[in-house]
Amino acid sequence: MSHSRRFFVRVVSSALVAVSALGATQAGAQTAPAQATAPVPAQTPEAFIQSITNEVMATVKSDKAIQSGDLRKITAVVDAKIMPNVNFVRMTAAAVGPAWRRATPDQRLRLQNEFKTLLVHTYAGAASQVKDQVIEYLPSRARATDTDVVVRTVVKGKGDPIQLNYRLEKAGNAWKVYDVNVLGAWLVQTHQSSFAQEINASGIDGLISKLAERNRQLVAKNAAN
Amino acid sequence: MSLMQTFLGRRSRALACAVSLPVVLALSGCATAHSPDPLESWNRGVFSFNETVDVHVLKPVAEGYVKVTPQPVRTGVRNFFGNIGDVWSSVNLFLQGRLKEGAASTMRVAVNSTLGLGGLIDLATPMRLDRFNEDLGQTLGVWGAPSGAYIVWPLMGPSSVRDSANFVTSMTFSATTLIDGAREDNLARLLNVVSTRAAYLSATDLLDSVALDKYAFTRDAYLQRRQSLIDQGRTPAEVEEEEEAPEPRYDLPETEEEAAAAAEAASAASAPEAAR
Repeated sequence: MSHSRRFFVRVVSSALVAVSALGATQAGAQTAPAQATAPVPAQTPEAFIQSITNEVMATVKSDKAIQSGDLRKITAVVDAKIMPNVNFVRMTAAAVGPAWRRATPDQRLRLQNEFKTLLVHTYAGAASQVKDQVIEYLPSRARATDTDVVVRTVVKGKGDPIQLNYRLEKAGNAWKVYDVNVLGAWLVQTHQSSFAQEINASGIDGLISKLAERNRQLVAKNAAN
Repeated sequence: MSLMQTFLGRRSRALACAVSLPVVLALSGCATAHSPDPLESWNRGVFSFNETVDVHVLKPVAEGYVKVTPQPVRTGVRNFFGNIGDVWSSVNLFLQGRLKEGAASTMRVAVNSTLGLGGLIDLATPMRLDRFNEDLGQTLGVWGAPSGAYIVWPLMGPSSVRDSANFVTSMTFSATTLIDGAREDNLARLLNVVSTRAAYLSATDLLDSVALDKYAFTRDAYLQRRQSLIDQGRTPAEVEEEEEAPEPRYDLPETEEEAAAAAEAASAASAPEAAR
């Protein structure tokens, strides 16, 4: 008799996770420009995130092809506006875990590429959801001298608000994003255990080929739609 | 308020133990920060069963529901069930000693139940009375109960020893409390399930594609999210006091050059690490 209730809870929990995946890439996507252009004087972390977010959201909203999931265009946006503001080596290294230390430079490069492609695919799914969301910035807990901070935001649109946080490091005069938290779960941490499983079972090359295979499936699925 | 929290804190630890201990013993699940999933093989079986049910029953039904109902109807249905959930949320906020938020949540229910025509229209959110979504599992967590082993229940999905308390309360306290008759009762439950699933159709499609191992991805995200929800209900000092779980690892080589240097250093001393 309580089955439907059980369904409900199950659905909610899995949906939360799903939305987190969605938001994660959205966030990844929203992490973009600022120091790519010029050596600007140190911004506050909030201003940095805000400028990236605004620019990426404006680009997505103004381009129908991006909204409908055009992979080539989305990849271009990610490369131009997001990657310069992300310490992607650090993100990939953290997701891969201790095995990163024994990966060869070539393996590291391939891991980064495949991981990035996977995140781009996620973003392709999320791009169509970018509409009239408003992003609120929560009061910062960081001190002005901190070089490792968390920027906390809430995305408000239709439905329940989505908690979206960014973890940043200060490299020289510029900030770089190195993890994203959606609905309480950190992106890197959430990928860690499945990456570790794959490495334990079939080594670093096994993880690379598994990621590559998943990406090929996603491309095929995208083409079919 | 601090008095109240102290009082609640003591009671609750005892209560949480009373609730979780027999279950933990029964399952002989012993979760720690390092291995939160001692029941993994059983959980994986249940997880794939749930997936099958979702693919063959729930998801198709939810897709059909989206096709046959107009958006305003679906929004109304979601609001209605959300309003009922807010009642329970308010109770939990008070139980956590968050009096101000509890009052706001109560006000939210009052506004939506009256001006919002019994909850069909969500007028409170535009009035900046936001939804909290508090449940008993979170309250137990705020009181100090540990999560315990991760458990995937048949049909109910991801949970933990502590969060399983939610099923007890949500079975006795839900929209169906307001409805007479077993048939209507079941219809209401079913509608709630379908409506919720429909709201997340596009999100779950996405999850299917990005997770390398959907089970592990779901588990880790679930556990992290629950902990973050609990931390929101506590003061930063309390959170710091209980911080036992290690921070996510980011202490790996950062630049290519550093990485290369570290790799060389590591290869010199990698024998013991490899043995491990």
